[in-house]
Amino acid sequence: MLVWISQMILPLTVGYIVGFAVLARRPVFEDFLGGAKDGMKMTAEILPTLVGLMIAVGVPRRSGFLDAIAGQLQGIAGILHIPRELIPLTLVRLVSNSAGTGLLLDLFETFGPDSRIGMAGSVLMSSTETVFYCISVYFGAVKIRKTGWMLPGALVATLAGIIASLWVTR
Amino acid sequence: MLNYLWSFMILAGLLFGAVCGNLGEVTQGLIESAQDAVALGITMLGMMTFWCGIMEIGKQAGLLEWFTQKMNPLLNFLFPDLKPDHPARAPIAVNIVANVLGLGMASTPAGLLAMQELDEKRDGRATNAMCTFLVLNISSLQLIPVSMIAYRSQYASPDPGAVIGPALLATSCSTLTAVIFCKIMQKISGR
Repeated sequence: MLVWISQMILPLTVGYIVGFAVLARRPVFEDFLGGAKDGMKMTAEILPTLVGLMIAVGVPRRSGFLDAIAGQLQGIAGILHIPRELIPLTLVRLVSNSAGTGLLLDLFETFGPDSRIGMAGSVLMSSTETVFYCISVYFGAVKIRKTGWMLPGALVATLAGIIASLWVTR
Repeated sequence: MLNYLWSFMILAGLLFGAVCGNLGEVTQGLIESAQDAVALGITMLGMMTFWCGIMEIGKQAGLLEWFTQKMNPLLNFLFPDLKPDHPARAPIAVNIVANVLGLGMASTPAGLLAMQELDEKRDGRATNAMCTFLVLNISSLQLIPVSMIAYRSQYASPDPGAVIGPALLATSCSTLTAVIFCKIMQKISGR
């Protein structure tokens, strides 16, 4: 039921906006084109950021550097009674949504989606964001150099999400 | 900050690859990442173009203004620096609601618009409002993890929706932490 509702939100929103504008006698398609052009320009502007970002994520992943860090962290995970299988997922989640989803589906395959690990992974993926991606795309779009207190804030919020997901599925 | 982080990730990856003797793999990864980025850009291009168009329709029809006014109490609390007629208010309101509803593809265009409107001085410095906005986005606002439920039923979970409750709790924790952190930083760093 909840899933059905959330699937209906998008078509309803689009339908409502277009329908409302038609009733308000707006030149709907011309309005659309005006905004669409801006959207296109914006995407073209962030494409270099996107390429730079994905390379910075791809290189350490392919070289095995991320795996090595995950290996180091797994020792700590043992002490804290966190399933060590969740460490690579937690780490990869911060840099790439698709790679994180891939790892989670591997965990589903191995342990099942309703095991402790499967549940913790599901909640973890749902309550955190791709930090590195968000920062580079949003701040890349306006060419921010001095990030102020944004980075500590992002890390604190993400850490809270990680701890909370491990705790509620313990 | 981003300069250091970016260089570190590239250099650490290259160095590690060189030490482990799989630089060929790293080169391959580099090329593929660049291709993936363009593929993602093309997907984004379609969605950004579409949503910015729809938002413009809503704006011209006066819907956006009405909607932003409904969100004003929340916006005033989160962004005390923003004047009542600031042009970033509308895209911020859309971004937050799209995030909460899990319309990821609609939240990014609004988010980028908001960032551009917030960047008035163009001096490369992140203001309090910009930091607050980004930290909130990163704290994950989505109420119902729709795609996660889909993945779980795909893997034959007896109860795919079991993730909703815990996810709601965890997301509330991270968002609450983010809001508290932002409010503290807004007080400390003044205007």
